[in-house]
Amino acid sequence: MSTSTLELLPEEGLEPGFAAQVASYPGGEKIRRCIQCGTCSGSCQMSADMDYTPRRILAMVRAGMKKEVLSSQAIWYCAACYYCTARCPMGIKLTEVMFALKSLALKEGYVSLKQHSPAFYKSFYEVVERYGRMHEASLIIGLALKTNPLDFVGLAPFGLNMFRKGKIEILPHGVKNRQEIKALVQQVQRLEVR
Amino acid sequence: MLEEIRIGVYVCHCGSNIADKVDCPAVAAYASQLPHVVVARDYQYMCSDPGQELIRQDIKELKLNRVVVASCSPRMHEPTFRKVCESAGLNGYLYEMANIREHCSWVTEDPQQATEKAKALVRAAVARVVHHEPLFERWAPVNPNILVVGGGIAGIEAALKVAAAGNKVWLVEKSPSIGGNMARLDKTFPTLDCSACILTPKMVSVAQDENITLLTYAEVEQVEGYVGNFRVTIRKKARSVDLNKCTGCGRCQEKCPVEVPSEFEAGLAMRKAIYTPFPQAVPNKPAIDREHCRHFTRTKGKCRVCFNVCQVGAIDYDQEDELVTYECGAIIVATGYGLFDPSVGPQWGYGRYDDVITAIQFERLVNASGPTKGKVVCKDGRVPERIAILHCIGSRDENYHPYCSRICCMASLKLAHLAREKTGAEVYNFYIDLRAFGKGYEEFYNRILEEGVNFIRGKGAEVTQKDGRLVVRGEDTLLGRYREVPVDLVILNTALEPQPDATKVAQIFGIQRSADGFFLESHPKLEPLKTATDGVFIAGCCQGPKDIPDSVAQGAGAAAEALSLATAGKVKISPVVASIDPDLCSGCRMCLPLCPYGAISFNEEKKVAEVNETLCKGCGTCAASCGSGALNVRHFTRNQILTQIEEVLAV
Amino acid sequence: MRYAYFPGCSNHASSKDYEQSTQAVARVLGVELAELPDWNCCGTTGVTSVSPLLSAVLSARNLAIAEAQGWEEVVVTCNSCFGMLRRAGDYHRQDPAMREKIDAALAGVGKKWQGQTRVRHLLDILVNDVGLETIAGKVKRPLRLKIAPYYGCLLGRPRNEFEDSEYPESMDQLLSAVGAEVVPYDHKAKCCGGALMTTKEEVALRLCYEIIGEAQDRGAQVIAVTCPMCQLNLDGYQNKINARFGTNFKMPVLYFTQLVGLALGLRERQLAIGKGFVPVKQVINF
Ligand SMILES: Cc1cc2nc3c(=O)[nH]c(=O)nc-3n(C[C@H](O)[C@H](O)[C@H](O)COP(=O)(O)OP(=O)(O)OC[C@H]3O[C@@H](n4cnc5c(N)ncnc54)[C@H](O)[C@@H]3O)c2cc1C
Ligand code: SF4
Ligand code: SF4
Repeated sequence: MSTSTLELLPEEGLEPGFAAQVASYPGGEKIRRCIQCGTCSGSCQMSADMDYTPRRILAMVRAGMKKEVLSSQAIWYCAACYYCTARCPMGIKLTEVMFALKSLALKEGYVSLKQHSPAFYKSFYEVVERYGRMHEASLIIGLALKTNPLDFVGLAPFGLNMFRKGKIEILPHGVKNRQEIKALVQQVQRLEVR
Repeated sequence: MLEEIRIGVYVCHCGSNIADKVDCPAVAAYASQLPHVVVARDYQYMCSDPGQELIRQDIKELKLNRVVVASCSPRMHEPTFRKVCESAGLNGYLYEMANIREHCSWVTEDPQQATEKAKALVRAAVARVVHHEPLFERWAPVNPNILVVGGGIAGIEAALKVAAAGNKVWLVEKSPSIGGNMARLDKTFPTLDCSACILTPKMVSVAQDENITLLTYAEVEQVEGYVGNFRVTIRKKARSVDLNKCTGCGRCQEKCPVEVPSEFEAGLAMRKAIYTPFPQAVPNKPAIDREHCRHFTRTKGKCRVCFNVCQVGAIDYDQEDELVTYECGAIIVATGYGLFDPSVGPQWGYGRYDDVITAIQFERLVNASGPTKGKVVCKDGRVPERIAILHCIGSRDENYHPYCSRICCMASLKLAHLAREKTGAEVYNFYIDLRAFGKGYEEFYNRILEEGVNFIRGKGAEVTQKDGRLVVRGEDTLLGRYREVPVDLVILNTALEPQPDATKVAQIFGIQRSADGFFLESHPKLEPLKTATDGVFIAGCCQGPKDIPDSVAQGAGAAAEALSLATAGKVKISPVVASIDPDLCSGCRMCLPLCPYGAISFNEEKKVAEVNETLCKGCGTCAASCGSGALNVRHFTRNQILTQIEEVLAV
Repeated sequence: MRYAYFPGCSNHASSKDYEQSTQAVARVLGVELAELPDWNCCGTTGVTSVSPLLSAVLSARNLAIAEAQGWEEVVVTCNSCFGMLRRAGDYHRQDPAMREKIDAALAGVGKKWQGQTRVRHLLDILVNDVGLETIAGKVKRPLRLKIAPYYGCLLGRPRNEFEDSEYPESMDQLLSAVGAEVVPYDHKAKCCGGALMTTKEEVALRLCYEIIGEAQDRGAQVIAVTCPMCQLNLDGYQNKINARFGTNFKMPVLYFTQLVGLALGLRERQLAIGKGFVPVKQVINF
């Protein structure tokens, strides 16, 4: 985005199979029908903050620009508000595509867990994996450990307030059958290998 | 059957359409082994001249008395090969077609499977044709009168053309005036000629033509009969105004105390309960809208204002609906289109913000005879400085209508021009693709570009308000940038859609509809004006969105179709109709209520059912219901169908 | 009226006030909510961003538990749970490949789900099952308040049979029925930023600022919500918003259950009113 010259798009840097990979994710099957109308970007309240608009992300996916897409900031700005999905005239589930891209970026190592967004989602996942339910205190600790423990200090006053209001539990109240949650996670990992 | 059965089988390659998947020589070789088959050949294009000649020669030289062609769908070429047989002296019904293209090569992946399937289809056709009997077409006279339904530009054109040929035509229009949607437009793309200036003379010609009987405020209720001989029942709604007495002076409309949003002005102005929809209306005489007229809505105390002011005594509150019948040989349906209601998509702000209007409303706004006398202003009277025009609202959108409405791109360009001309405003067109498909259209686009209209390639996603001003949110996809464009007026160019009563109208005239809800033509390329019902033609936007030139061309084309029927003076009636064996009929009367065409009656003397062959369309509903096996549709007898099924399934 | 009830993680932790007011209102209205045994997190955006499949499977586990107990409908109070559980159902019904995967994962832990369980929001139950008339008939203290109902994203999106994806109205109807004046406003179904409040705070603060700003401009005294996440973002961060945008918002953000409860004559304490960050006293006093 910020480069002042537009260079030739190097064909050898493209991954023609990328679109198929994304299409194989839940809800990704229709991405080839996109008519590039921009309804998604025009509806997205985060478009202005993204380095590429949602429509452009889809165009890049289809062009095979895997590296650029998976290292883009745009995908971490998606709040999953589903406006794009509700309004897309071609029935494309762009919100689901955004989930797929975040998941791929994490899985294939295109992002560092030092970054706040990936670290947050990963920590969230780990808490649920462990307890079967959310536990805010564990999440905050996990996040701080991944990124910068000093962040934790920044969060402290707010956390303290939350605690005072009875909104944060010290101990997790997880699922009783944690074995079952673990087993489910393993099943999913097996099914996700592609 | 004494005569020896001698069958010829012809397997068509259809270029590569069939031959790519089906081994045609192998199918022919297989067919040559089947019982009664005297000759089996395969050929590149059976429908070509040499292909047809092949069959003709074999019939003569090999004394064939049955023919099977294995090729495409019977829809197009069954008549072709039937004619070939007849030209060689063989009754055209001693022929059978096996569809090895649509039913086989186009839908089967594996060549081996396709070939096997083709063999089975040919085997079945050969077995079936053995049971065919010669059938004879009959001729019926054609009534030269013609009915046109819908008085938009398409229907007007059709009626004028038919009348010019000297035939009588009745033009039935639902609303109080003819003119249709074109009458509401200001200027027309791509030439920007004034819509009323080119339409009004045609409307007047309709009123003046001796051959045309104009029935406005009327609707067709029932169609009986068949091609060449229709009997149509028309309901003339009570107008409450005696057209013979009324001078069109307009005093009644001035005095009427009831105001109703005007349909013609798309709700931007009010009309009275007694009204002529617009100044150039034909006939230029009012009708009373009884739903709103105080005289009819009040339980106590009558109004009678119009009655009292009318100097010629034309007001008649006691008028009743009148049913009239009309006999004609052909019908042209030109009932036009409706418009998508954008308030179903709240994101576009229609109905929520005063200054979000539709394209048809803008047409009225810029029109000199419109509600603002042609001044383009916002609701509060301000002249807009910035205007957005949003294309594709409700079109090309699976949430609403997946199809492209065809005319909106050009209409949006036109509106952009008119908006700039009238206000000097900055105009922003939000579009997905710009489709300038017609003659002179690309040039028109270029002109609008030069005029300085802003084009944003991206669909207007949302209309909202910021700091008291409307804002259109969208992506400028060519820049890859999200934009929020502040404007004073938003014009939504909404989809053209089927008329709300299309289901009912289709049913009355026996017309089928395509997936988009518009009326379905017989063939998308070669029979664009015909319908599934012989003698019923369609023209204009009832068939699908189109511009005025295309609507006019279709109107004229439909007139030609109807006239060619009328001029021929007679029409072939298919012999494929139901027949009842009186010896088998048990008189149970099951079939009577089932016939959709009322073609079956009961002979009380003989206690058996009887078929009126001129009314029967050969649909077969009755035959399927007959428990005693007395009812058969010729050419689709139980014997013929069962033999065919057995052979398809035989291994 | 009995339903299976899925409280979701928040109602057991950060939004106990929502839980308490839900239970209190349900009791008054004769709605019995039977909490699902050993339910788990729906997955929400956190899990889905790491594994889009896992959140569907986790959601499906909850629905399988409900089905095994013979429930046809599960009631939720959180918009995110609502969206996620429905997402699992939509995938199971409409996407054969996903159905196969969800079934396989559940089978791996000896569970089975037909996919027919209906997921419903408590708001839907109140408006359509209990009915506006019934509720209006039980009002003890009509809410003489100007309220901006805030629906957020997932009540109507991507799409469902209950609410409109663009311009929802059921909460408007409910709050009007209990005597409130609802203000119409454009941001009622806009996004509050959701989890972005933690990861992209600047963006989420802006979104919340726009929502509260419009509600205030239209004269609202309170914002009503149907989701713990929306509540936290709009309420817990109002100080930050004021600091960031130079505003002076003091807009209480209450759960619709708390507001309906007040109208039904329940006490502040019974509804856990006052657990939010923005004080409510200046608008609601007894
Ligand atoms: C905003 C807008 C701008 C446009 N601008 C242009 C332009 O600049 N240039 C251009 O070429 N085209 C333009 N068009 C397209 C143009 O309007 C159509 O091509 C044209 O009007 C089609 O004519 P029609 O006779 O098929 O249908 P219609 O005009 O819809 O006429 C149908 C008639 O049938 C009547 N009717 C309906 N149902 C029944 C029934 N059951 N019984 C009896 N009567 C019935 C109706 O009352 C109506 O009078 C525009 C369209 C729109 C929406
Ligand atoms: S709205 Fe749908 S079709 Fe349009 S650009 Fe976005 S994904 Fe493509
Ligand atoms: S779901 Fe994500 S990409 Fe789609 S509109 Fe919402 S924030 Fe934007």
